[in-house]
Amino acid sequence: MSEKSSQPSSKVLVDIYRKMVQIRQNDERFISMMKAGKMVMPYYSARGQEAIPAAISVQLSDDDYLVTIYRGIHDMIAKGVPPRLIWAELAGRSTGACKGKGGPMHITHPKSGCMVTTGVVGAGMPIGCGLALASQLRGDQRVTVTNFGDGASNIGAFHESLNLASVWKLPVIFVCQNNRYAEHTAFSKGTSIERVADRAKSYSMPGVTIDGNDPIAVYEAAKTAIERARGGSGPTLIEALTFRFNGHLIGDAGEYIPKAEYQAALEADPYPRFRQWLLDNRHSTAADLEALEGKVKSDVDDAVKFAFDSPLTDAAEIGIDVYADTSA
Amino acid sequence: MTTQINTIQALNWALDDALAADPNVVLFGEEMADPEGGGIMKVSAGLSTKYGGRVRSTPISEMGFTGAAVGAAIVGIRPVIEIMLMNFVAVCMDQITNHAAKLRFMSGGQTHVPLVIRTMTGSGFQTGGQHADFLEAWFCHTPGIKVVMPSNPADAYGLLRSAIDDEDPVIFVEHLASYWSLGAAPERGKSIPLGKASVVRSGKDATLIGYSRSMLDIPVVAAKLAGEGIDCEIIDLRTVSPLDMDTVLTSVKKTGRAVIVHEAVKSFGVGAEVSARIHEALFRELKAPVQRVASKDSPVPFAKQLEAAFLYSHADIEKAVRDTLR
Repeated sequence: MSEKSSQPSSKVLVDIYRKMVQIRQNDERFISMMKAGKMVMPYYSARGQEAIPAAISVQLSDDDYLVTIYRGIHDMIAKGVPPRLIWAELAGRSTGACKGKGGPMHITHPKSGCMVTTGVVGAGMPIGCGLALASQLRGDQRVTVTNFGDGASNIGAFHESLNLASVWKLPVIFVCQNNRYAEHTAFSKGTSIERVADRAKSYSMPGVTIDGNDPIAVYEAAKTAIERARGGSGPTLIEALTFRFNGHLIGDAGEYIPKAEYQAALEADPYPRFRQWLLDNRHSTAADLEALEGKVKSDVDDAVKFAFDSPLTDAAEIGIDVYADTSA
Repeated sequence: MTTQINTIQALNWALDDALAADPNVVLFGEEMADPEGGGIMKVSAGLSTKYGGRVRSTPISEMGFTGAAVGAAIVGIRPVIEIMLMNFVAVCMDQITNHAAKLRFMSGGQTHVPLVIRTMTGSGFQTGGQHADFLEAWFCHTPGIKVVMPSNPADAYGLLRSAIDDEDPVIFVEHLASYWSLGAAPERGKSIPLGKASVVRSGKDATLIGYSRSMLDIPVVAAKLAGEGIDCEIIDLRTVSPLDMDTVLTSVKKTGRAVIVHEAVKSFGVGAEVSARIHEALFRELKAPVQRVASKDSPVPFAKQLEAAFLYSHADIEKAVRDTLR
């Protein structure tokens, strides 16, 4: 990371860091609760990918739309989905974001703009186009950010979506969080091109590859894409290079990842790197960051308590919200 | 004499009136705008000229534009999209069954998908195995979706208006052979509620149940049997899911006999569901087992004589009725 004249203010940088801390601390607590046997769920940790949603969402409002995927709780937290609602959802409680009927792969929270979370690889991108189409029809200046992994760049929905977004000049930003593995398959073994961003050329839109572990690089790429979308010039594809430290899902020992690669990725972990950079460049002080981290910890404690103090969702909910006339 | 129109005209009126009534209604699909022909069957002819960017032609990207319709619908747009042929739903089933059908439930009721997917199908035109299937059972087997299958111009108008106003995703299946058949013109602005079957002929001896294409055939057979003194009641389901079992059971309670006829293949089809529900409710009152008449369990063949052998015949319907009367 390097100082640039265009870079965000110290306040924004600390806001980005706060989102990264929220993501990391919640992630660590999910895993510890699962290991303690207090929660059972398919959990796809995004530990290592924190910088991407943090530096994008700090530039969005609640009115802007987010579409994310099963590995998406980092995106939700950064966009502003309250941790209490996430925790209660994962714990199967009636106070959960979706009353415990969606779970970790399907959290929705329209108040913060989190419109759809999908468990099907690539399926969020067409939906992101539709949200952007609604904004275009209404002229409401909203931007849609739709997230996906490197594996999803090989599914048809990606190509249909980029084409449609380009043909209709939709205000959508495609964010490929390239964590190098599509489930257990290395990027290079399953992808015909060196850089996902180069696929943007086929669809006549800008495509940029950035270091997804560098919050300032992410911030700048997102800023350009957001301005382009809001200005009516259409979509952008951003490929943010990163890594996920906890495998495809919790329980995956990651035997398919070479040890040297994993070690190198650990050394590029965005979290400690950005913290140190903030201190070295005097954007904050150790005391302030410790206070921030302490506040996030107490927020996580509060969210966990809220979730486990809440009633379990009643079985009668199964028949509710299937059709309009079965809505509560 | 009442004015007669065909189903293409009725559907065009419904879309036109819906676009005029609600600025959130938007149409898109392949070739729907006027420069591309106003739809392959001209159902949307004239509408892009009248409503501009609210009626759009799309690339041949069913997964892409169906997903876009889902996304637009959850924020209050009311998309009416056209999947040119029902077989092509196979390339966008993920968006329909994993997303449109489930988002209301999975979001705990925070979002829902007021989307209409119009599509058409039907054998008899030698279009072979990938252009003529009736696939309604796929969707009926998916909670969260409604399936509407009109058989005449007036129902097509009224049901499409209701489908567009409905808060749930609706698959609206149009039947190729009935596009040009004439029927009484609908009263414009008047909707027909979803989930309500129509008793199109009353009778006392047997209940014949159909929808879509089979409603062109059932009345012909019923008229022939009437000449022999066999008095059939005819029910057009109109909405296949949710099923209007009240109307069906009221009729079968009276007649004690039921035959269900559909163009879709027989096994695991709508006929099986209707039959099962009749047996569950009225087993002791039935005078004979419920009969199903449907297409053979085969892909739709190409050659004329094979296609004819694939589809049920009027004789099959007649035999089924006679079997219940033995």
